Formats: sequence, structure tokens, C-alpha cells
Amino acid sequence: MLKHILTSLTSGPVTETAPAPADPALAELAGKLDKAARARLGRSLSIREVDAGSCNGCELEIHALNNPVYDLERFGIRFVASPRHADVLLVTGPVARNMREALLRTWDATPGPKWLVACGDCAVSGGLFAGGYACVGPVEAVLPVDLRIPGCPPRPTDLLAGLLALLETSAAR
Amino acid sequence: MYGEEPLFGLLNRIGTLVEGHRPWPRYRLGRDGWLRLIEGLAGNGWSLLGLWGEPKAVHAAFREDFSGDVAVVSLDCPQGRFPSLSAVRPAANRLERAAHDLYGLVAERTTDPRSWLDHDAWGVRRPLSDQPAAPVPNPGPYTFLPVEGEGLHQIPVGPVHAGIIEPGHFRFTANGETVVRLEERLGYVHRGVEGLMQGKPAAQAARLAARISGDATVAHSLAFARAVEAALGVEVPARAVWLRALMAELERIANHLGDIGAICNDAAFAFMLAQTSQLRERVLRTADACFGHRLMMDRVIPGGVATDLPERGAGLLLELVAELRKRFPPLVAIYDGKASLQDRTVTTGFVSAELVTRFGAGGHVGRASGRDQDARRSPGYAPYDELAFEVPVLTEGDVNARVWVRIREVEQSLSLIEQIVTRLPAISRGLDHPSVALDSGRGGEGMALVESFRGEILTWVRLDGEGVVTRCHPRDPSWFQWPLLEAAIGGNIVADFPLCNKSFSCSYAGHDL
Ligand code: SF4
Repeated sequence: MLKHILTSLTSGPVTETAPAPADPALAELAGKLDKAARARLGRSLSIREVDAGSCNGCELEIHALNNPVYDLERFGIRFVASPRHADVLLVTGPVARNMREALLRTWDATPGPKWLVACGDCAVSGGLFAGGYACVGPVEAVLPVDLRIPGCPPRPTDLLAGLLALLETSAAR
Repeated sequence: MYGEEPLFGLLNRIGTLVEGHRPWPRYRLGRDGWLRLIEGLAGNGWSLLGLWGEPKAVHAAFREDFSGDVAVVSLDCPQGRFPSLSAVRPAANRLERAAHDLYGLVAERTTDPRSWLDHDAWGVRRPLSDQPAAPVPNPGPYTFLPVEGEGLHQIPVGPVHAGIIEPGHFRFTANGETVVRLEERLGYVHRGVEGLMQGKPAAQAARLAARISGDATVAHSLAFARAVEAALGVEVPARAVWLRALMAELERIANHLGDIGAICNDAAFAFMLAQTSQLRERVLRTADACFGHRLMMDRVIPGGVATDLPERGAGLLLELVAELRKRFPPLVAIYDGKASLQDRTVTTGFVSAELVTRFGAGGHVGRASGRDQDARRSPGYAPYDELAFEVPVLTEGDVNARVWVRIREVEQSLSLIEQIVTRLPAISRGLDHPSVALDSGRGGEGMALVESFRGEILTWVRLDGEGVVTRCHPRDPSWFQWPLLEAAIGGNIVADFPLCNKSFSCSYAGHDL
């Protein structure tokens, strides 16, 4: 164990350089954040993840953001346990009808200013599940969406680029 | 005595064989036959492999564990009623409740008639039946099982949990810190996969199969593909068969690594998660480099595989195996040597051998409690009959045993990958394309059993003459593991629930469909 820690300390970081904030994402966001909100957020974001009917593929890649290679926290972005601590809801899945109510309640429990990010093709468009009896469809059919990160699932770098865009835009004066 | 009567002996007496069902036989039973079957189940150890509905018919699949014989039985129920199997096979109960919610089939004399997948939110009842019905006007709340006693309190958790995790509801009843009962309520992630598959050509339905449970996307795709191929009698190129196994083993390793770390993390030992998640990332990147997708989604397709291994793929995979062989054992040694970890995992979340057998639970949940079953070996499928591997089995039945089964499985999978990669070039490249076209000129019924990282997946499919799916039932291993989680947590403290839960690692999406 000690040996392991020493090697980790001396071998340098395993983290990779961050991708540039996604451009389309930036453009999408620029209009949505007002000055007051930017001042409130500063350079940190707390995210509450909500699975609204995902196949769990998106969750696996969101988890990967926390691994030492992507190390999301170095950007001031972290996942929190309660919507009450969150600035952002990161929503996955084609909003299963059985999850609609829970998603709405989680959104209501999130204090403003707050943003909603639709993560993955399912959340963006309903994906393959759109049109069935069991799903509402895209998240925006239920709640206003501020940022869309497509992909099935989005790669961790795509997620990172999207979230950094959110951070950059919100921190810009 | 268990297993005295051969499964086929009984079925040949009480049922008639249905044509065109592959590779195992399907028997049509009359109502009397079905009742005889229930009697037979009570006296024999045949394990339930699945139970699924159709408008006006119900099907169930069984295996005689000793001989490996597998059979499907069907009962036409024009009145939409059938005698329940839940008294003799408790694992059938939730499947029967699901068949009721989707098809309106009523299980007579069931042990539990409550709805399961239907939360009164779809805007329709029994959506897949011949006659979907209007929703109930003012549905009452779900009734949880009653708990009585002095000093008990309830802790409701979910469907939105505190972490990055799928949704489901847990109702704990505790006496102080000790859990006296856990009741699960699932179905929140029901996306209607079975309904969406209907009427789609096999290639499109395969994309849905790949999204039943993202962490087992290769295994579910493989089960679906093999069921379709069985139905159509299609032979898959040898190279594709080997590539499929390669992907399946990569998926197994990636998930086990992630979960082993996460279990330790839930015991407040974050170091392990930091380490194993790096290894997991290594596996996913290699998968990406070799197959063009980190989770290898949509790479196994009916008829073969969607992508061949690139020229440098073999080298990358052997490098990965070498690196994991170097970096994983020291972590295992740390796991084994930390009293603070052992304190949380040893004897925690115990599941008895009797219970895993009664529920037919597979994967690490079954094998950590002594149930020596692995679909790769029995009934078995190619190319595993040509590969050397062991199926680790332990008997302690606790969180620690489930971790150790996974550790041993990682080692086995590394060896399997090495064997596959080194023998793959022997299969000629030019002549052997990675997939064949599905000849959709004939329909049929097919079934497959595939070992995912969490246990055995059963997929049953019926295709019409155009190659269009008319009914598909993918049964995730979680169906038979979720009920055991309720048993595992009893007598433990609430704070040990995350450990138990992670050591099971049941799929919500796979179960809810
Ligand atoms: S976008 Fe893809 S990976 Fe994400 S939940 Fe949907 S199907 Fe799964």
C-alpha cells in the first residue's frame, strides 16, 4: 500500500489535459445565462445527476469523469448527493414515464439559479425509445434544457467539454 | 429427491412439441399439463430460466441443472389466466407481475398480485395486450408489505438516490440501526423495450437489445444475436464468434474492475476506486481502439460482428493483458490485507446456498454462495468449448466472497483474452468476413443463454418470414438477483446497504426493460 502511494506521488499525475470547451455548446449557452447568475456561480459548479430512464451507459461515462484520468474536480466541478446543493441537473434517459414525477420533484428541489443539461441521445431526442408508451421523449418535453450533450453514450471528453463550456460561460463577465 | 425425474420425461408425457424452436425444444401444454408441471416443479430441482407473456399465452423456460437440459413450455390462455408458478418458484412472481402489467395475464393463486412495472404513469394499462385499457382514474398509492413490531421505523430511499446511480425505491424497516426488512420497488426505468422491439427488423431490434442494460451491452447484444441466429438457423463466421467472446471478456473485466473499486469506496476506502477506475479506463480505451466504441455498443449484431479487429488490435490487447497482470495483483493484495476493509465485507450481506438455488441466481451472486453455474460452460457456446477457463465458486455467500469471485473472474478473463488473441490469426482473414447476411426468407423461434458479467441472460425471440421480430423477451440476470438483495441486507446495519448493493450490482435498466 505504502509503495503504491509512493509510486503515485513520484510518478506524476495521470490526468490528461482538458479538451477545449465545446463550441456549439458555448454558443447555445451564451444567451441563457444572465450576469447575476454568472456572479453567483463563480468558477465552480455542483452537479446533481438524475437518471430518468437511462440504460446506464451514460452513467458509466459520467462515473468515468471522476476517475483520476479525467478528474473532474480539478475544474471546480463536482457531483453532489442532493439537488438542494446543486446548480446543475445532469439528466440522462428518454424520461421514462415512471420517472417523470421524480424528475420534476428533483428539479423543484434544486434552488435557483439552476441549469439543466441533457446528457446522451436519449435525453436529447428520446433516442430509440421515443414514441413508445413508456417514455415521454426528450428531457425538454418535460423541463427547459440549457445544454445538450449528444452521444450514445457521450464520451467522457465530450461530457467534460460540455461542462467546461457551462463553467466558462457562467464565469465570463 | 431433487432431479429424480428427467425434465424431458415429464414434458414428453404432458406436452406436445412445437416445430421450429431452436436450439432447445418448446412444448405446448394444456391447462392440466401446466398443473402437472407445477407439481413436477415442487418435487424436482429444475431451475426457472424465465417466464414471459404474450397476448393470450404464457411461456416459461427451465433447465435441469445436472444434465443441462433446457426446455420452454407454453400455455395458451384464451381467458388471459394461468395457474401461477410463484408458490413453487418464488422467482417467478415478479416475472408474472410484469406479464400482468404488460399483457394483462392473470396468475391464479399467485403469492403476490400487486402491479410491478406499471406505476400508473403510462396513460394506458396492459399496453402490449390485444386490448390495451384506459388508465385507472385515481390510482391509489402502492401498498408496501406490512411491518409490525415495537420500535420499528421506516426509511424510504429513492427512486432518486444520492449518487450517480439508476433509479429504484428501497423501503427499509429498521430496528435502531439494524435492518429487519427491505422491500424493493422497481420499474422506474421501464422504457418499454419489448414493445419497441415488436415489428422491427432484427437489425433494428438489435440496437434496442444493446440498450437494455448499458453495462452489459455486449452480452445482451450477443444473447439477442444468438437467439435470432438460432431462430433462422444461421451459421456465424468463426472469426465473428471469437471476436464476440473477446468483446464479452473485455466487458466482464471492465465491469468487475469498476465494481470492485466501488465496493471498497463504499467501505470508505477510496484509494481502491482511484486505482481500479484507472485500470477500467485502460480497458475501455483499448476497447475503443479495437472496436470503435468504449462500451462496444452495437458491435455484436445478428449475423456476426459490426467491426473487425484492426491490424494493431492484437498487439494492443496483449499489452492490456500484460499491464493488468502487473497492476491488478498488488491491488488485490491490498484488498486482502486491509483489516478495515475486511471488517466491512466479511460476513456482511450473507445469502445462503439454498436461496440462490431456489431463485436460480447466477453470476457472482450465485457463485459466491456455491451455485456452480456458468452459461459459457453449461449449456455452453462457442468458442468457449475450445478455450481453457475455470469458473470460480465460493461458499461464504458474503460481500467478500462476491468480491473474490469477481477478482478471480478478472484473472480468468485475462487468460481468455490472451487465448483468443493468440489463436485468432489462425482463422483466415480474407475468406472469413465478420458477418453474414441474415436470410430472412424463413421465420422461426430461437433462444439463447449467454453469460454476462452479472450472470445468465436468456433471450427468446420469434421472427416472421420477413425477419421481423414479432415477440422478444430478454431476461436480465437481475430478475433473480434483486429478490436476494432483500434477503442479504436483513440483520445488517443500514450503512452496509451500499456495500451489499454494489456487491450484487444488479441492473435497474435490465430488469425494468
Ligand atoms: S444515450 Fe445511449 S448510453 Fe445513454 S442512456 Fe441512452 S441508450 Fe444508454
